[in-house]
Amino acid sequence: MATPIIEARSVSRYFGTVVALKDISIAVHAGEVVCLLGDNGAGKSTLIKILSGLERPDEGTLAIDGQPVNFRSPRDAFARGIATVYQDLAVLPQMSISRNFMLGMEPIRKFGPFRFFDEAKAGAIAREELAKIGITVNHLKQKVGTMSGGERQSLAIARAEYRGARLLILDEPTSALDVTEAAIVLRHVIRARARGLGVVFITHNVHHALPIGDRFVILNRGRVAGTFARAEMDEAALNRHMGGGAEFEALQRDLVALADQLKTGATVH
Amino acid sequence: MTMALPHSRTRELPLGRRIVERPEVGAAIGVIVLWVFFAIIGGFLTTRGIASYLNIAAQVGIVGTTVTLLLIAGEFDLSIGSMVGFSGMIIALGTTQAGMPLWLALLCALAFAVLYGYAVGMLVVRWNIPSFIVTLAGLFLLRGATIGFSRSIAQQPYIGGVKNAIGTDPLQYLFAGKLWESLDVGFLWWIGLVIVGAIVLTKTKFGNWIFAVGGSPSAARASGIPVARVKIILFIAVWGPGVLLAAIQVLSLGPAGSFRGQGKEFEAAITAVIGGTSLSGGTGSIIGTAIGALTLGIVRQGLFFAGVDYDWYQAILGLLLLLAVIINQFARRNVSKS
Repeated sequence: MATPIIEARSVSRYFGTVVALKDISIAVHAGEVVCLLGDNGAGKSTLIKILSGLERPDEGTLAIDGQPVNFRSPRDAFARGIATVYQDLAVLPQMSISRNFMLGMEPIRKFGPFRFFDEAKAGAIAREELAKIGITVNHLKQKVGTMSGGERQSLAIARAEYRGARLLILDEPTSALDVTEAAIVLRHVIRARARGLGVVFITHNVHHALPIGDRFVILNRGRVAGTFARAEMDEAALNRHMGGGAEFEALQRDLVALADQLKTGATVH
Repeated sequence: MTMALPHSRTRELPLGRRIVERPEVGAAIGVIVLWVFFAIIGGFLTTRGIASYLNIAAQVGIVGTTVTLLLIAGEFDLSIGSMVGFSGMIIALGTTQAGMPLWLALLCALAFAVLYGYAVGMLVVRWNIPSFIVTLAGLFLLRGATIGFSRSIAQQPYIGGVKNAIGTDPLQYLFAGKLWESLDVGFLWWIGLVIVGAIVLTKTKFGNWIFAVGGSPSAARASGIPVARVKIILFIAVWGPGVLLAAIQVLSLGPAGSFRGQGKEFEAAITAVIGGTSLSGGTGSIIGTAIGALTLGIVRQGLFFAGVDYDWYQAILGLLLLLAVIINQFARRNVSKS
């Protein structure tokens, strides 16, 4: 198999006495969507913070294109083509679409010794890139705050791609979205894969992960509970593995029992 | 089932709505109403009348311009007024006591201002101390130091004799001359600063960064914008106009003292807010602040011509501020919904 774009080798991370991650190994190749699933506290966010350069592993190493790396900041990771789009801090609602899209890489128009922000060019680029992901924008000066949640996420992802990302780490991009909006983002992920990008897709929603994932890595309490290829996965299996399926079944039995108790008027504890 | 391809859910607003939702528009309407009101009362259409409120607007507008940039970037400066007083004292002490030529005294004031701005910026971005606290400390520190220094050096709380000391130095006319009739040269500085400030804010990369840094520091950082550097640059930039205003006051009005610039920090913030700048950062307009400064000048002189006691000026300023914030709040709610 080809060398993965990014690879975590036996990575562990501790916060004082808490074992946030223990012995995690994960690899993402070009043109592959790896879904990272797990309940709250499973270690998903710690793992993506390590992959994106926000935090350093206490044990184990990261490798890019097979070469061990040591990221000191998200900027380091980005320089190697690793771009992370966080759920909450992706875009600036008060700024226009084109200004958001080109933030930090504004095109410049020179006028004598002065350098001005080239608004027309920024608009043209933003329009073209957004069209690629199926969002037609009529009014580029419109504030991003007027876009839907799905469009905002897509804009943030498209921007990361435009900046030259080879690997996208998407932190719960669909969690706050309804079905139609999530569809915009999921379509985008599939298109990105077709263009040869690697994608790490973090979610706790099985329905969003199943249709797009090539591989599924399930985290539970800081450890890899299982890695599955697309072929060996269906909704029932995924649900069973997610967030401790056995625990969930136990909880279900408990709840049914409690409901019965209430019906019969027994004392509730 | 196939879902329709997602399309744009935005629509173009009618021209009227688009204009009304611009932050400056409420302020512009307000200033016109006030102007007409005071023009009817009288005294306002004479050249002296016009010059008087433009002069006042220029003084607060000069510092208001850069304060607005800082506010948009999400930071606050309470010490700009004290800085005007302190800079004035440096200029006065330099020329009268140390025998410096005017240009050197100005340079000293500017050098101190840059160092001070840098120190404030570092405390805010590196040590994470809120700018409100740092500059509140600066307000008292500089105000007290101004009195302390002038008392211990000149044995009085103000320093006079600047005009005698600099004699016929032509440089003074850059700050203290008249443009036309009684209109101060400061008016030209103000207009110049507004033009430069507006261009930087809306037409340059740095301006884009100012909005981003104030709108969401974390999103700006994630986009690779040097948030700390942008803020430090603005903390330093605030002081240039502070020294300019100090020079204008000392060279045209006479003695430098601790009373110079008093309250300017609040007036500057008020003009910005009247002009549609948000104190929480991320939105604002230099043109709006200019309109806010004009509002202050018109109200202050209008009350004077109307024979209303000056004491009422502050009360009315407070009311205006409240009104402007309420109007902006509604305008902004309009933008974010739909």
